[in-house]
Amino acid sequence: MTDLTDLTISESLKKLKAKEISPVELTTAYIEKMKNNDKYNAYVTTTEDLALAQAKEAEKRYANGTNRPLEGIALGIKDLFCTKGVRTTACSHIIDNFVPQYESTVTQHLLDDGALFLGKLNLDEFAMGGSNETSCFGPVVNPWSKETKLVAGGSSGGSAAAVAAKMCAAATGTDTGGSIREPAAFCGVTGIKPTYGRCSRYGIVAFASSLDQAGPIAKDVTDCAILLNSMAGYDAKDSTSSKVDVPDFTSFIGKDIKGLKVGIPQEYRPDGLNKEISDYWDKAAQILKDAGAEIVSVSLPHTKYALPTYYVIAPAEASSNLARYDGVRYGNRKEGNGLDELYINTRTEGFGKEVKRRILIGTYVLSAGYYDAYYLKAQKVRRLIKNDFDEAFKKCDILLTPTSPIEPFAIGDKKMLENPINMYLNDVFTVSVNLAGLPAMSLPIGLSQNGLPFGMQLIGKAFDEETIFKTAYQLERGANFVRM
Amino acid sequence: MSEYIITTEKGKWEVICGLEIHCQIISQSKIFSGASTEFGDDVNENVSFVDAGMPGMLPTLNKECVHQAVKTGLGLNAVINKYSEFSRKNYFYADLPQGYQITQFQYPIVGEGAIDIDLPDGTTKTIRIERMHIEQDAGKSIHDMSPTKSFIDLNRAGVGLMEIVTKPDFRSPDEAGAFLRKLRSILRYLGTCDGNMDEGSMRCDVNVSVRPYGSDELRTRCEMKNVNSVKFVMQAIESEAKRHVETYEADGDIAQETRQFDPATQTTKVMRKKEFAHDYRYFPEPDLPPLVLSDEFINKIKSELVELPDAKKTRFIKELGLTAYDASVICENKETADFFEKAAKGHDAKKVANWLMGDFFAMLNEKKLELKDSPVSAENLGKLVELITSNVINGKTAKDVFAIMAETGENPDKIVEEKGLKQVTDTSAIEKLIDDLLASAADNVAAYRGGKVGLFGWFVGQVMKQSQGKANPQVVNELLKKKLG
Amino acid sequence: MAVDNDTVRRIAFLSRLKVEPDKLEETKQEFNKILAWVEELGEVNTDNVEPLVSVNNESLTLREDDVTAGHMSEAVLANAPAKEFGYFVVPKVVE
Repeated sequence: MTDLTDLTISESLKKLKAKEISPVELTTAYIEKMKNNDKYNAYVTTTEDLALAQAKEAEKRYANGTNRPLEGIALGIKDLFCTKGVRTTACSHIIDNFVPQYESTVTQHLLDDGALFLGKLNLDEFAMGGSNETSCFGPVVNPWSKETKLVAGGSSGGSAAAVAAKMCAAATGTDTGGSIREPAAFCGVTGIKPTYGRCSRYGIVAFASSLDQAGPIAKDVTDCAILLNSMAGYDAKDSTSSKVDVPDFTSFIGKDIKGLKVGIPQEYRPDGLNKEISDYWDKAAQILKDAGAEIVSVSLPHTKYALPTYYVIAPAEASSNLARYDGVRYGNRKEGNGLDELYINTRTEGFGKEVKRRILIGTYVLSAGYYDAYYLKAQKVRRLIKNDFDEAFKKCDILLTPTSPIEPFAIGDKKMLENPINMYLNDVFTVSVNLAGLPAMSLPIGLSQNGLPFGMQLIGKAFDEETIFKTAYQLERGANFVRM
Repeated sequence: MSEYIITTEKGKWEVICGLEIHCQIISQSKIFSGASTEFGDDVNENVSFVDAGMPGMLPTLNKECVHQAVKTGLGLNAVINKYSEFSRKNYFYADLPQGYQITQFQYPIVGEGAIDIDLPDGTTKTIRIERMHIEQDAGKSIHDMSPTKSFIDLNRAGVGLMEIVTKPDFRSPDEAGAFLRKLRSILRYLGTCDGNMDEGSMRCDVNVSVRPYGSDELRTRCEMKNVNSVKFVMQAIESEAKRHVETYEADGDIAQETRQFDPATQTTKVMRKKEFAHDYRYFPEPDLPPLVLSDEFINKIKSELVELPDAKKTRFIKELGLTAYDASVICENKETADFFEKAAKGHDAKKVANWLMGDFFAMLNEKKLELKDSPVSAENLGKLVELITSNVINGKTAKDVFAIMAETGENPDKIVEEKGLKQVTDTSAIEKLIDDLLASAADNVAAYRGGKVGLFGWFVGQVMKQSQGKANPQVVNELLKKKLG
Repeated sequence: MAVDNDTVRRIAFLSRLKVEPDKLEETKQEFNKILAWVEELGEVNTDNVEPLVSVNNESLTLREDDVTAGHMSEAVLANAPAKEFGYFVVPKVVE
């Protein structure tokens, strides 16, 4: 018999409904994989017992016909989503003992649809990082690693690695500057960051509120559509969640893209762009052309400023969002002489280096005398970046770009560690999308000469995930990427 | 009014003062969460995960708080801003769970306004309102339960506040006092804040500076935080102004700082020097999109607005003939004004006002009762006045009847009827009493006629006594004068 | 706008973080590197450009004034590092 963990969600659901396989069997297979693959350090908390109990419940439901859309599908949850009664840490020492008394809206939707959770997945501390190396539980190892241990990307490194190594059917992720798309690309899986406002942020530990958005990481485009159907929707508990109707995303799978205009932003092809990536980009464009799309060149003139803009706005919001971690109401406390010392000791000890770096920068750019020069300026440039996309989308329906300018690098890479800006530069193709609030997907296009996956990114208009799913499915078919 | 000038041997000084008033919004639930605003519940019971600043929790804005803010803005004759934004004010404190307060900074919901205050000498002055914004309250730290620990209760964390900021228009403690009373009156009329300063539902920060009289320079101001009664606000201004004058006259400098007023010593002391001043790092709250109000929303509130004290006062003066003083006393409190209007309906309003402010309030004071618990109803007070104006009873009898009403709550008509207190206006009956008296007191009659006119009062008294107080004193007077020649 | 050691100390205190004296220089240099990089934004002409506050064009939705939470102090205090008599406890604050 084939390995059940090879099945996509759409395939599994078919077999479950036909009673060819049982939810307990399927869940057990994933649990087995989790154990065999714990070398990747993808999970920080596992909940096998809970999952098996849920699988038994699912079995009953399939038997009596009350099965729900995701009945018995075993998922991994990024440890940034609060899960009631299950430790939620954001992979930070400061709350590594925190047990939420509430469930995030997105995970509640998944549970309501019958999904079960195998555990909580590793990430960069508070989702701040692009390599999963800032996690207080240590880095995730990319399952594609050969001799050298490579990074899985970040911040949703645990999610992408777990999906790649078949330690769950799919996983939740969050994306503030590329945190779903970059690890998906590094691990050869598919992930979508939907339009800002599609998924509720209620119950997700906040990093940068105006940029954070949840989305699925899965084995293929179809699975992403199935999961997003469940995860998306207006939530009165999140004032930034959108009331725009949520379509059935799976209905766009297989739709043709004849006449679709695919834009290639010229600014995303700087001198010195990795030749392999550049070639794969051309290949992807060709696949879409062959499927009937028209390729057009577009310009996003402020692209160069997206990273500096992001690295002002995201730390600013983070510095404020992370003020609540003070050792008073939850989390770890380091006593001190007086209240201020308690705060200082708790936070200095509880936060890791990168988080502290961003809190300091964020505090600085908001402080008296610097606000206009940094924060306000960045917000204005953010407007120009969004305007660039509005202009580009007058000429095309969707944009095609690489997801990352590099392939997965070694854990502990000196160049990345010695200068934080080198790490920040990896987000060059992904951050603009968050600044403009647009939907974007990363899917694997092929392997490098080193045998490591490359991802392509499709960027859509706001609330037009439809075009992304249609196009991505065609690209997936054409690329014929072989999963691990 | 007479100006408030601080005069010393060295010169004359003028006080410049502005106020910032935090008013707790009356609503069922908190401004950004569904927890109750109930006061006095058990510790940390009215706390949601949002109020406790738990990870991933998000604010949602309470419609009623917006409604109350717009209502208050209209009551302050202020501009209602159809576009407003929320901002975060960042600072660390034990009773501030998120590490920031959600407030409004650059774009408040209410803009400039103005209200008129009545001063003790009968004049009025306009105080300009700079702005009003809405925000969340902090929790409570309790410092006196242990020598080494402070205890945090978050029940109050997240209750809605309106912060009203005035222009520096006050030139005396009296003006500030009159303003606070007027503001409290308006808020209570509107039902947007209960205005109880002693319970902390209205809290006042006072900014004071002084300058040489007649100059227009702006000198350093000091802020006194959380002064919790009208009297203390007035005392704080007085003592702080005095401190500034003394400092300047001794060639000293005033530092910009936050101070605390101590009612026991009636002095202020420094709380926080400038070098420790906060840097609040305000920025737009990314969890809440901008608040956009429709004309429809605002107009509906406008149409439902109650008559406010100034309008009511004007009406009472114009239509009911009250004096400005009586009208302003009666209108300060909506319950009193409503009671008065009910009592005065169809009766002599001026007389009703006199009775209300005289015997009636004296009775409530004596019995230590609130207006709503008065044994004398508004209708019955009106009836009593009617009995006087229609000469059914005289003023003296009325006082007796009122005393019975205060005890029994009875209808005055019934009391007068049952006790036979109707005054005698029948001239023949009174004439008979007078004739009897004059016959029996020939000596006094002779004395009076001989020039001792002072005896007239004695004759009146005797007739009244004989009538058991029921004779109409005016008729007695007239007839006596005629008969005594 | 390069920062000096005093600024780093001030920002650290505002953030309630400690920068050890021997790390001050390193932190400052790193700070200045990042600031120099984000200062590229100065090249962009943003005259007459409105700051982008919210990518969501929908205006704020208002919640009905209903009491929907509370009376769960146990859950609220469940993760507290120090609690007594139903209160969160901190070292004595001297005002």
